[in-house]
Amino acid sequence: MWSSAWPPQRGLVRSARKPFSAKQQHRATVAGGQAWSYCTCAPDILATQLHMELVVPDIISTVEFNNTGELLATGDKGGRVVIFQREQESKNQPHRRGEYNVYSTFQSHEPEFDYLKSLEIEEKINKIRWLPQQNAAYFLLSTNDKTVKLWKVSERDKRPEGYNLKDEEGRIRDPCTITSLRVPVLRPMDLMVEATPRRVFSNAHTYHINSISVNSDYETYMSADDLRINLWNLEITNRSFNIVDIKPTNMEELTEVITAAEFHPHHCNTFVYSSSKGTIRLCDMRSSALCDNHSKLFEEPEDPSNRSFFSEIISSISDVKFNHSGRYIMTRDYLTVKVWDLNMENRPIETYQVHDYLRSKLCSLYENDCIFDKFECVWNGSDSVIMTGSYNNFFRMFDRNTKRDVTLEASRENSKPRAILKPRKVCVGGKRRKDEISVDSLDFSKKILHTAWHPSENIIAVAATNNLYIFQDKVN
Amino acid sequence: MFTRGIKRKCFDPEVIDGSLVDIKTLPSYTLERQSMLDMSLVKLQLCHMLVEPNLCRSVLIANTVRQIQEEMTQDGSWQFFHAHQTDHAAPLDRLVSTEILCRSSKDQAEEKHIDDAYITYSEELEVQETQEISELSTVTSVKAVQNSSTGFWEIESPQENRANLQKSLDHIFETLENRNTNSMEDLFSEVDTSYYDLDTVLTGMMGNSKLGHCDVLESLSQSTSPTHCKAELNEIDHIVEILVES
Repeated sequence: MWSSAWPPQRGLVRSARKPFSAKQQHRATVAGGQAWSYCTCAPDILATQLHMELVVPDIISTVEFNNTGELLATGDKGGRVVIFQREQESKNQPHRRGEYNVYSTFQSHEPEFDYLKSLEIEEKINKIRWLPQQNAAYFLLSTNDKTVKLWKVSERDKRPEGYNLKDEEGRIRDPCTITSLRVPVLRPMDLMVEATPRRVFSNAHTYHINSISVNSDYETYMSADDLRINLWNLEITNRSFNIVDIKPTNMEELTEVITAAEFHPHHCNTFVYSSSKGTIRLCDMRSSALCDNHSKLFEEPEDPSNRSFFSEIISSISDVKFNHSGRYIMTRDYLTVKVWDLNMENRPIETYQVHDYLRSKLCSLYENDCIFDKFECVWNGSDSVIMTGSYNNFFRMFDRNTKRDVTLEASRENSKPRAILKPRKVCVGGKRRKDEISVDSLDFSKKILHTAWHPSENIIAVAATNNLYIFQDKVN
Repeated sequence: MFTRGIKRKCFDPEVIDGSLVDIKTLPSYTLERQSMLDMSLVKLQLCHMLVEPNLCRSVLIANTVRQIQEEMTQDGSWQFFHAHQTDHAAPLDRLVSTEILCRSSKDQAEEKHIDDAYITYSEELEVQETQEISELSTVTSVKAVQNSSTGFWEIESPQENRANLQKSLDHIFETLENRNTNSMEDLFSEVDTSYYDLDTVLTGMMGNSKLGHCDVLESLSQSTSPTHCKAELNEIDHIVEILVES
């Protein structure tokens, strides 16, 4: 096993500053009005300092950086999307570089009522995906259980003034009274960030949407629910193509559901989807319109010595992610993270234990339903480190090269100013050392399900209920 | 607590009559399995009460139930415990077939029928439990012959177990309510009296003050025959069907 004891070396820097600039909308506030900076000294990549903690209005249900890392979007249970923008570098305050402030907040989804099914559709945002930036505006897709929306987020700092055809209140003037030609001029105004819904993709999913993924052609995206995957053109809302359908004709035979799906980062014809039986299927859209027959099936044979009633439940995959090159895929099941080589289907090339100490607690985790929690996983910018969440506000990082791992905690209480953000350790049975936490005292209501890693730098965002923690590699 | 019975310490050196016994035939394992089954069935029933349950979760639970049922039909350990079986209706069997517990709010027309059924069911369960107290002594003695070392249920007192299950049931309700407060509330407000009755049914299983949770489980497992098991499998399929279609 890897050692997780990392000697802390660096001290903490606390920077007190005004959390938000005036231009920004403030639906979110920084906890305590202060931004915190901590650092630990876990070597290189895993060296993180808690940069700031942000509080959003409701329980965070998804976190996603955009393609440059300048923006960070969170979706919450209340259907809101909060976008944070990274502070620009300034010579006077170099330490401020990397701080994220609220950029825009908008209500993406509202609760709806399905009259046919007599069913309330939750507004909770299940996933957010950014589109690559093509002009000054930003575009993102957000989805709840049933409907995907395309949002445009743009800035406005000028407004046209001096219209000839309209009066000051916007009413059209009588053309007879207009005697001269006047050209409106743009006058500067306070910066405004507007979010406008550009497309609404609805009525295509009978079951709950669990994933959306933008294709590398930047023209299409897919949305996956429990039993089907649909392919959409970003411009067309009234038609989608069903590319995977695992719904059996006889629903009595249903034993497997789709849990996550993602497009290949470079090959627009390739995508993968994972299932509740722990398998990953790679499909090629060139082979047929309906990809019912996979091109590759990734599956690890079950270890008979570890067999229990919970085998299937814990092998159910909760997240699947291609690495940046598209050569590897990472999957998260209840107890492990696995890395698969696209060229080897029969077993993963790497398996990392996230919280193996829970293996003896599976029955109570089944009783209290925690066993069905859907943990996500992320790659760092260079694919050398992977990160995923656990319970008790712990999250884990695994360095694939050095084979070291670390457990960190996202919490305000245990990260005091001028203190060092210590790696945490869970003690399994026997004597509990100082600073260790016993398995029995873990808080299963505090779970880190959603995390995000900046596309090129060592900045991570960790969502713990309605707190968003941003950690950063030591700046100087 | 019930995980991986295979690996439990007290099972490992299990040698009876000088030969290794298949773990799956040990009473403690069977009980463990039985309690797993019961827990899963309760979860499934609660799933059914939601108009649109979490499909992934429901499918995983249903598969677990299928797996247990399959194992039970195959290994025949069931038969041993059913040697003392009387001819009264099997509560477990009924639990699975009690679709009334699983109706969604759209079946309002049958509301009265639902209420009646709830009451009948809980009454029958009580009667049965009292009947089984008398049988209990026989069962224990059989157990003692088969398994002389510390049994699973002796590790924790029956009261504790009962409390645990009660706690877990409460928790299931709690989590479900948290997850989908509206639909649960709607359901209970519409099927007025059934809330109480459902409560009786669920807690009634452990409600008898003389019997611990384990005893009831035992009696539950006793009174279901292998033939019932087959039927249960079909019914589980049926439940799954209802579940996904809803």
